Amino acid sequence: MKFKKIYMDHAATTPLRKEVKKAMEPYFSKKFGNASSLHTRGQEAKDALEESREKVARLLEVDPENLYFTSSGTESNNTILKGTAFKNAEKGLLSKSKGHIITSKIEHPCIMETCEWLKTQGFDVTYVPVDEDGVIKVDEYKKAFRRDTILASVMYANNEIGTIQPIKELAKIASEKNVPFHTDAVQAYGKIPLNLDNVNALTVSSHKLYGPKGVGLLYSDTEFTPLLHGGGHENGKRAGTENVAGIVGFAKASELAFKEMEREKKRQAKLRDELIDGLLEIDNSMLNGHETKRLPNNVNVSFEYIEGESLVLKLDDEGIEASTGSACSSHKLKPSHVLQAIGLSAEEAHGSLRLTLGKENNEEHVDYVLENTPEVVEELREMSPTKPKKEKKEKKEISDPCFD
Amino acid sequence: MILVSISDKMSMYTKKVMELFRNPKNMGEIEDADAVGEAGNPVCGDQMKLFLKTDDRRITDVKFQTYGCAAAIATSSIVTKKVKGKKIEEALKLTKDDILEDLGGLPEQKVHCSFLALEALEDALDDYK
Repeated sequence: MKFKKIYMDHAATTPLRKEVKKAMEPYFSKKFGNASSLHTRGQEAKDALEESREKVARLLEVDPENLYFTSSGTESNNTILKGTAFKNAEKGLLSKSKGHIITSKIEHPCIMETCEWLKTQGFDVTYVPVDEDGVIKVDEYKKAFRRDTILASVMYANNEIGTIQPIKELAKIASEKNVPFHTDAVQAYGKIPLNLDNVNALTVSSHKLYGPKGVGLLYSDTEFTPLLHGGGHENGKRAGTENVAGIVGFAKASELAFKEMEREKKRQAKLRDELIDGLLEIDNSMLNGHETKRLPNNVNVSFEYIEGESLVLKLDDEGIEASTGSACSSHKLKPSHVLQAIGLSAEEAHGSLRLTLGKENNEEHVDYVLENTPEVVEELREMSPTKPKKEKKEKKEISDPCFD
Repeated sequence: MILVSISDKMSMYTKKVMELFRNPKNMGEIEDADAVGEAGNPVCGDQMKLFLKTDDRRITDVKFQTYGCAAAIATSSIVTKKVKGKKIEEALKLTKDDILEDLGGLPEQKVHCSFLALEALEDALDDYK
């Protein structure tokens, strides 16, 4: 069977659900009011905004007062990191050091790059390493806390390899040290149940769960200095006229995702495991990330002797849309920092393929991917000068000094 | 560093690059090659091997093997196409601008890929200089 297109890149983004689009529709032209206006139309928008906030608060089981709508996951992450740093610098409590932040080596670039920038502003950052499955080294995390630590931030689940972190344990440790704990839950929210015990701040993005792009969420019960100053929106924490249609859409998408979570989690995990088992049947392949502590929709496999960009483009020709952690696909020409942090060689990282499932994927799609990928891998290996020749390999084994 | 999906490939590569990537010319190996050239390193994400048959200082056959991105494969293909049948002296005159022109350009971060095939060619022809 030939499919026109199979989209398996849901960690990148998802299509807008029709129920979400329908919920958003009235807020573009009809109920277009500014939520800050006093008149009826303004109050209509304000009601929609606050109802959305309450809906999301109920799902997360948190106080709606602590929810701030932003433009993206990137903005939420920037806000909590810089906002906490600025707040502490303002306090001037820490004379020698401006403050210290703990995070992991496999965070999303919007955490990594923000931390790097904070370093240029006089803050200090510890990047805690992860093991070969991508799970943070808890002992080292624990040891990283200092007297001047102002924030610990560890992602709930990784966007590239899908590894789920022991957030409950990490948040408890931070709480014992009296340090606020933030988690970037962009990939986990709506896909797996979240345990928010001792979690002080959380980042979510709407377009990863069939909501509109341009909407993010920051939950925070800890103080931070706003990045955007202006008309006092979002309780003075994020100025700018609220994106009411987008926020309504995000709340609707969240509701649907939480309602369907149990069922989708099981269904996608089954498809995920079929994909992993099938792809690992290809010679010289390996799974990246943890076998079980893994997002139900994430598959990440490396194939030796081939380069990921070529693989993704060839798969696209077969109608399969996927991604890779290869350097050649990035603008910086550096292989994925996540794959390097779990100990992959540059070559192994170059040959990585990420498939991320969504609610529209089914058994037929999995079968199609498993029918076509081995051929594409073989085709590229045929072309590759790095693939060892069979005869040569045998010779090498005979002359192995360990057997002499 | 960031994981990139390649759905915007047409804005990334020209039609010519994609055509050569999909149907590379002269791909393979020459068992009894008169000259072999290599360039690149798989650690960096691209490596090329070039095989030549020569007769009276003329390149009679040429084949390549490439590990790398679409740009690396397309440039390998175009270099082999351009030097086949040429005198060695002429082949050595080939520049990266000739390659880029034939491909209709490459995205900025991929321009270095156009060096790879020329380096392999130079490596192969080293003994003939």
